[in-house]
Amino acid sequence: MDQATDTVDRSGTPLVEMRDISISFGGVRAVDGVSIDLWPGEVVGLLGHNGAGKSTLIKILSGAYRMDSGEIRINGKPVEIHSPRDARAHNIETIYQTLALADNLDAPSNLFLGREIVTGLGFLDDAAMEAETRKIMARLNPNFKKINEPVSALSGGQRQSVAIARAVYFKARILIMDEPTAALGVHETKMVADLIKELKRQGLGIFLISHDTREMMELCDRVAVMKNGKLVGTERVEDVTEDDILSMIILGKNPLREGVEA
Amino acid sequence: MTDTSTEAAAERPGGTPAAAPRQNFVKALDLDLRLLGMIGALVIIWLIFHIATGQRFLTPRNIFNLTIQTASVAIMATGMVFVIVTRHIDLAVGALLATCSAVMAMMQARWLPAMGFELGHWAIPWIAIASGIVVGTVIGAFQGWLVGYQLIPAFIVTLGGLLVWRNVGWFITDGQTIGPLDDTFRAFGGITGTLGERWSWIIGIVASLAALWALAAGRRNKLAHDFPVKPLWAEIVVAGLVVAGILGFIWVLNSYEIPERVLARDFAARGEELPEGYSEAYGLPISVLLVLAIAIVMTVIARRTRLGRYIFATGGNPEAAELSGINTRLLTVKVFAIMGALAAISAVVASARLANHTNDIGTLDELRVIAAAVIGGTALSGGVGTIYGAILGALIMQSLQSGMAMVGVDAPYQNIVVGVVLVVAVYLDILYRRSLGAK
Repeated sequence: MDQATDTVDRSGTPLVEMRDISISFGGVRAVDGVSIDLWPGEVVGLLGHNGAGKSTLIKILSGAYRMDSGEIRINGKPVEIHSPRDARAHNIETIYQTLALADNLDAPSNLFLGREIVTGLGFLDDAAMEAETRKIMARLNPNFKKINEPVSALSGGQRQSVAIARAVYFKARILIMDEPTAALGVHETKMVADLIKELKRQGLGIFLISHDTREMMELCDRVAVMKNGKLVGTERVEDVTEDDILSMIILGKNPLREGVEA
Repeated sequence: MTDTSTEAAAERPGGTPAAAPRQNFVKALDLDLRLLGMIGALVIIWLIFHIATGQRFLTPRNIFNLTIQTASVAIMATGMVFVIVTRHIDLAVGALLATCSAVMAMMQARWLPAMGFELGHWAIPWIAIASGIVVGTVIGAFQGWLVGYQLIPAFIVTLGGLLVWRNVGWFITDGQTIGPLDDTFRAFGGITGTLGERWSWIIGIVASLAALWALAAGRRNKLAHDFPVKPLWAEIVVAGLVVAGILGFIWVLNSYEIPERVLARDFAARGEELPEGYSEAYGLPISVLLVLAIAIVMTVIARRTRLGRYIFATGGNPEAAELSGINTRLLTVKVFAIMGALAAISAVVASARLANHTNDIGTLDELRVIAAAVIGGTALSGGVGTIYGAILGALIMQSLQSGMAMVGVDAPYQNIVVGVVLVVAVYLDILYRRSLGAK
């Protein structure tokens, strides 16, 4: 198996530190005292059953939910993230499994949604946005041709490349990818995987959520496993086997630290 | 250049002769097929009525009347596009129109005179119009707040509004008809306020130049970014069609001459004699100019501003819009506030046309407005709709109604036809979209 060796420099300040994060929905603790961090150039995978709290944890970082308690630090500084807009101000970009694009709009409109280029008079500069879109798509996905069509006319992979282009264009430092390949075919999945490796090389920190343990072993530097809202453990991928991870997911116990757990 | 390609296609065995080059021709022109379809439908309706009425339908006089009868619904239909695009509905526009009309009529006839303005004071109509627009905008924003922030379905909020505002209007006027309205105010009504021949031509020429400039600027902008552009001949054909359309419209309106007895009355009022052989045309009605101005402003909002982009994005995928940092709740308030302001402007046109405020003004307008927007291609599932489509939709509805009235179709049959046309139009639109492979 093509396993990544750990080349991440974890001596400096982490890009993201989430400390003791908790959130409840109607009495259910969806995330319960979870701490996790992320260094530049690192891919951290989040694993767990449906409802384990991965997506909820990540939506706190992307500003979709507000945590009940806990602390988030970006580059060592405590920050308040109350909305997706706040998250973007900290260079956090999110790519959702539901391919969160407005289907009726074209690729440039989606890429720049919420951050449009405007002319001096405050009107939308569609030509400039289209030109920028053509430039970045030529780099990320040279096969991408349907610039002026509604994204509903695009394949899953093309749509996902629009979402990724959005993150790259706006110089995201922290990327959250919630099942980025769930809706994609084999070829498109490979394309997204290559993109993730490329972004990692450029020094982005990436949180990756997936159900595909094998894919996670290939793409991630560390994996964090959650169960019932709690963190079971965070391990470097070279220290664990696929079976270790599966038992963490299923049993909620960390085989490497048996008995050490509180 | 199309001749040779037509022959080539016709000779090709087994192919679809002649269809291919025509498609290329249309493609080169880059015209909106749905727009062409709607114009085609309108022309067919007009021709049918022209024949059925013994050639009384497509006369300058009747076209003039059609445009001023359409104005009020057309103005509101442009706002309804935004409401429906964001997946909401506004059933209260007719009632809101009545409340705004009541406020404006009371301002002119009672409140301002009571405050010491003499009847006929120049400021009266303008204060009245401004207060009506403020009332419409505030009520619209309030309904939008109930929908956007309190999450009450728009159907319910505006169904309640339908009952509330119609009767608030009644309450303001004690159920009386208020009038006569100010003369300047009445100039917005249609035949009581037209620009005359010369100014109509000037407006037509200015509009043509503006359209040519816009086309040229668009092409230059595309070339500057190395985007593909249509061939120059296609550009010229489109420009020619646009200018012919604008000037043709002005020419038709300028062909409707003021009847001699009306002229004689006007001259007599000024203590003059009507000169022999003197004639004058009505020209472009101010209400129609208002519709066109609103159509341009609303189209610019829809296509060239962040507000418009967010309206369509929210309609297409509310979740994605919110995750992109768009405040969709505030957006809902804005959309309903715009609708309210437009209902107030429609109230000016509608009450000015009647010369009075009456309690039943705008009754059933909500249905006409929604029908106009929907016939014009606005999808109730959200995210899709155009301003020009809504205005054409309003014109189609009004043409059907006037045409049937002229032919002498009984009122119940008229409504049956309009109802059937509404459903068939939406069905055709769905089929068209399905053929494009979209949802």
